[in-house]
Amino acid sequence: MKAKIVITPKKAVLDPQGKTVENALAHMGYAAVAGVHVGKYIEIDLAPGTEPEAARVALNEACRRFLSNPVIEDYRLEIE
Amino acid sequence: MHIAVLQFPASNCDQDCVHAVRVMGHTSELVWHKDASLGAADAVIVPGGFSYGDYLRCGAIARFSPVMQAVQQFAANGGMVLGVCNGFQILCEAGMLPGALVRNRDLQFHCEQVFLKTVSRDSAFTSHIPEGKLLKIPIAHGEGCYFADEITLAGLQAKGQILWQYCDAAGVLTESANPNGSLLNIAGICNEARNVAGLMPHPDRACESQIGSEDGRLIFASMLHALAQRAVAKAA
Repeated sequence: MKAKIVITPKKAVLDPQGKTVENALAHMGYAAVAGVHVGKYIEIDLAPGTEPEAARVALNEACRRFLSNPVIEDYRLEIE
Repeated sequence: MHIAVLQFPASNCDQDCVHAVRVMGHTSELVWHKDASLGAADAVIVPGGFSYGDYLRCGAIARFSPVMQAVQQFAANGGMVLGVCNGFQILCEAGMLPGALVRNRDLQFHCEQVFLKTVSRDSAFTSHIPEGKLLKIPIAHGEGCYFADEITLAGLQAKGQILWQYCDAAGVLTESANPNGSLLNIAGICNEARNVAGLMPHPDRACESQIGSEDGRLIFASMLHALAQRAVAKAA
């Protein structure tokens, strides 16, 4: 079982990396691209026998305290 | 006075801070990140660098180190803490200062002299900076763009917590004088209790005329003066 965490910059935060990638895609001719946001992907291997709901509670806490910074980032957690 | 200078894996301005304290005529000691005690320090400097390789986010891992638990306790008891560059990032990550520092708006690492306007002289970090004096101090960072939400920014302004802003050589807050895109041109702030401050520029690299500026001394002189006053008050 794995936990998959996607972290993205909040909309209000300047994302120069996303903007630069967006400009490059436009330059390459990908006309359908209207916006790019560059974030992080973290994959966590869970120990065998881990209870999914318990893992979700624990990892939500870890995301808020450590893996993301709620001042500048949003996160999405999936356990599968 | 005796100053604790923290040392994390990949701190690289710890010796600059030790040197600056020596130039100011005081003593310091390096405190390793695994130490849970600050010893007999009168104040703490969290130096610049790339603690823990800047992995995850700048300062995100350092904040959980044993020494930072001691720093949190020290600050909660009123102790004076200054974070420089990566030290500022660590103090924000630790929640000891509001907001966060993100990637410079042009994605480039900036290593240059900047001018700072002191916004509030009512702090232990700014009291010895003469009224109207602009500080010429170097920056060296890739992630120094200060961000906080609007409510936090309004609070910083209302409570006089913005200590320094980037300005041009005439003291005007312009966009071109803002090296990293910081909101409100913020270069440094303090907490509500005014005993914890952080700034991206390096006062530790501006204490001798031979290297371009002595203006950093004014920040350390402010701190040392405040510490001396505290010592007198304690003895009385």
